[in-house]
Amino acid sequence: MGHLRGKLLPPALAIVFSMLLCGVALVISGANPFSAFAAMVTHVGKGSTFVDIINSTGIYYIAALAVAIGFQMNLFNIGVEGQYRVAAVIAAVVGGSIALPTGIHTLVIIIVAALAGAAWAAIPAILKVTRGVNEVISTIMMNGLAIGLSAYLIRRDVFGELRGNNIRTPEIPESGWMPGISFGGGGTMFGFIFVAVALGVGYWVMMNRTRFGFELRASGESSTAASAGGVNAKKMVLFSMLISGAIAGLISLPELLGRDHTFSLNFTAGIGFSGIAIALLGRNHPGGIAFGALLWAFLDKSGLALDNVGVPREIVTIMQGSIVLSVVVAYEVVRRFELAAEQRRVGRELGTVGGAA
Amino acid sequence: MISTLEEKPHVPAAPRKRRVPGWAVGMISVAGAVLLLSTTSYLTGFPQMTSSGTTQTAVRLALPILLAGLGGLWAERAGVVNIGLEGMMIMGTWGAAWAGYQWGPWAALVAAVVFGSLGGLLHAIATVTFGVNHIVSGVAINLLGAGLTKYLSTLLFQPLSNNPRQSPPVQPFDTFSAAGLSDWLRELENEQRVIISDVAGILGGLVTGVSPLTMIAILLLPLSYFLLWRTRFGLRLRSVGENPHAADSLGVKVYLHKYVAVIVSGGLAGLGGAALVLNPGQLSYLEGQTGGRGYIGLAAMIFGNWRPGGLLGGAALFGYADGLQLRSGGEVVLGLVYGVVILLGVIVVWQLYRRKWFSAAAAIVVAVLMYLLYITLDEIPGEFVSYAPHMVTLAVLAVASQRLRMPAADGVVYRRG
Repeated sequence: MGHLRGKLLPPALAIVFSMLLCGVALVISGANPFSAFAAMVTHVGKGSTFVDIINSTGIYYIAALAVAIGFQMNLFNIGVEGQYRVAAVIAAVVGGSIALPTGIHTLVIIIVAALAGAAWAAIPAILKVTRGVNEVISTIMMNGLAIGLSAYLIRRDVFGELRGNNIRTPEIPESGWMPGISFGGGGTMFGFIFVAVALGVGYWVMMNRTRFGFELRASGESSTAASAGGVNAKKMVLFSMLISGAIAGLISLPELLGRDHTFSLNFTAGIGFSGIAIALLGRNHPGGIAFGALLWAFLDKSGLALDNVGVPREIVTIMQGSIVLSVVVAYEVVRRFELAAEQRRVGRELGTVGGAA
Repeated sequence: MISTLEEKPHVPAAPRKRRVPGWAVGMISVAGAVLLLSTTSYLTGFPQMTSSGTTQTAVRLALPILLAGLGGLWAERAGVVNIGLEGMMIMGTWGAAWAGYQWGPWAALVAAVVFGSLGGLLHAIATVTFGVNHIVSGVAINLLGAGLTKYLSTLLFQPLSNNPRQSPPVQPFDTFSAAGLSDWLRELENEQRVIISDVAGILGGLVTGVSPLTMIAILLLPLSYFLLWRTRFGLRLRSVGENPHAADSLGVKVYLHKYVAVIVSGGLAGLGGAALVLNPGQLSYLEGQTGGRGYIGLAAMIFGNWRPGGLLGGAALFGYADGLQLRSGGEVVLGLVYGVVILLGVIVVWQLYRRKWFSAAAAIVVAVLMYLLYITLDEIPGEFVSYAPHMVTLAVLAVASQRLRMPAADGVVYRRG
């Protein structure tokens, strides 16, 4: 019971705190926080908002899973942002330039995207394993390079073509699309959402039912204990980074296969960083991440309604940022509190209260 | 204890005593860089490489990187990794624009420092008081900084500029040039004499159109060095970054020093943001204006091995590559590749002299690859030039990560008791 409370209390506290903070910000700027919140909630039922939220949840979910695999062994894959960008542009170029039967074409695009993401993640992984380069710095640098590479690849003299005001890669033929579920006026749900759910299940099985997952978590808990137990630390770094990159490669596929069919200047950026926040919020647990992704998607899509009531919708971004920061602070405070409670309990049982802790 | 004593002989010998003092190394590097650039510019036939215009642009572009890097230096010397520099810089750009369009450039500087410091304070509260992981807090501050400025600009700038992503124009600083000296150097530059004209071009760019901000930024570098390496306060601050427990046992207020360092770090990053807003080419806040320069500042600091001199070198290099691209395009930047080949040639000779056969061979291979790149390409695509800092940093980390030395307790969460 206390265990569950320790897990659920911090995110609840963080969300309440962030809501209060944003409420105060709204009051200062002369808006009514209650009407703003009501506008956001009622917006869910309007038009395609509900389906948009589900679609967005799926995308964030994949991103957070990619980050979480690294987090499980204290590996910071800040590079999810760059990995999915590179994977998106390469998958779009490959998908748009080959002709294959329906189904196989889609499958090839998915595999190419995963491989491209893994390849982009392999560079920092190899640098870390062979040269001891900190993955935080190297993945940040790879993120920058990813922007450069994608901008270069969609140049008109490389793979790009001009459509109106937009530069984009050649469109993927219909055989490579992934059909969604249409709700008429309610929008279309991406078919890739089911893949996202499957990835979540796969992640849970891998972490809790396989030797690899066990070794991954063991390395995260204590790298020295793990290597004493025969876990090859370098192999774990390499594999977890590659898997993380491969999953990151899939982030853009819901939109690429289900809606856009091309990589253009309108590419949705920043999902990798949101993934970091969501993985933190959900504590790397597949269920927690799903909740975090849903919250993020709700804030994103319902936030659009704020413009109608005269509130800048960027307040939502502030809320997201303050949720991340306050949730990590809350986890830390609760952890310290529980540690102190544990020490008191042990002290009581041993009858040496006040002894050296 | 005994085992460590026994193992001592196996550990590589302590670093050799530095025969050359630090300032001399700096002078030699600068002279070497100028010589290399002028040689390259003659061999490739691109006088733009050392023109005063290029230097001027390079200085302007290097300033934000230098200031962000200095911010990183302060925080990391006290053992706090600051990925949040980017977010603090964004807050600085907003603050500079908000105060700048109302009360002029000096107010812009003050507001930028205050806004950046607020970001730093937040980072300090999260990492020092609450012991949150430094990277996590930094990422959160980057998200928060971007969100906060977007919200505030929609609220305050949109009614004035009719654009939620841009502020009203900001009044610039008056720039001034060293009278007489500047003209004389320009004449020398135009004569196109070997070396002399190159040196004149570079110097001319440094003394023409200087704004007070440039001078402040350049003065902050020796000032930071003095404070961090030559005062009691600096020694304590650095001891906190090397071994907080030992520092605490000697009565150093670890939390206080970390707080001061991170807040100063945020202020410097904010000032870097002001340097972007007060850039003569722009003169307003623009969403996404920082474009990852906070990260590049961090990269410059790592390039400089957590030392101010090296940081200046990194910022100059990154600013120069960017400035050259902006002024002259990818064709001339390709000339720099030729310069790298020459540099590698010198390294090969040096390594052969020191009988390091493996390093020499590696340098030869890289030199040949670079030369092939130079003769096969017509220009370096602009998309990549902007990301030269990223590639250089990766290369430096890959080659020299064993020799870089960051503060020993950098990124380690410290709890008293």
